[in-house]
Amino acid sequence: MSLRSPLGRVLGMGSAHEGVQHWWLQRLTSVALVPLSIWFVVSLLMLPSLDHATVSVWMAHGPTALLLVLFVLTAAWHSRLGVAVVVEDYVHGGLKTVTLVFCTFAHLLLAAAAVLAILTVALRGAT
Amino acid sequence: MPTRPLSPHLGVYKFTYTMATSILNRITGLGLSVGLLLLVYWLMAVAGGERSYARALGVLSSPVAKLVYAGLVVAFCYHLTAGIRHLIWDTGRGLERAQSRASARVVIAVSILLMLLIAYWVWFGGAHAS
Repeated sequence: MSLRSPLGRVLGMGSAHEGVQHWWLQRLTSVALVPLSIWFVVSLLMLPSLDHATVSVWMAHGPTALLLVLFVLTAAWHSRLGVAVVVEDYVHGGLKTVTLVFCTFAHLLLAAAAVLAILTVALRGAT
Repeated sequence: MPTRPLSPHLGVYKFTYTMATSILNRITGLGLSVGLLLLVYWLMAVAGGERSYARALGVLSSPVAKLVYAGLVVAFCYHLTAGIRHLIWDTGRGLERAQSRASARVVIAVSILLMLLIAYWVWFGGAHAS
């Protein structure tokens, strides 16, 4: 039995069966970001200075690098989900699809660039 | 197909401050996405070495950037507190009208408190001003 209205079925509108997944991932990343974002802000504020040497030493420290990677990936994922909801609400038609694809690619690029940057500093520090 | 109002059809509602807290969560979330862009730029500048970092600091420590950081602090404090409110709602608690009005006030108060805490830390707690 389908719960969709006959009109909805004819128009091919309605659930694409991804709603729960999106909802759940938004919550999962929210829960993870509570401690991760607080850690990030507090440790940034606790740095004695923001010069290159201090920041490099901080980033090269194993636990920092690990938490930074987790923070950036979770934040990018959460941001992608959040921005997508806003786009779905305010952008319509073909432009919506284009914007969603762009926003997914942009977030992937950000996440990859951040991980590469963190690893570069972390591995440089280890040698 | 007849044109029907699409969600969010805000025109039919009276504007209330529970609505304001909801739309603020979106706006601050979008702001933090821009913050993510800045964060990644900063991380890449650190990875690029001392000279690339010095070049990036030209942008990242400009007065405009500092204004952006102030905005990001506001957005972070608000989005964090409002987000926790949403997580509590997800457990099925606090959804009554009176409760959600009260929690809207709590969110505003707690987020302002967090902003003041961070501002105090930056100015008087010995944390760097950028």
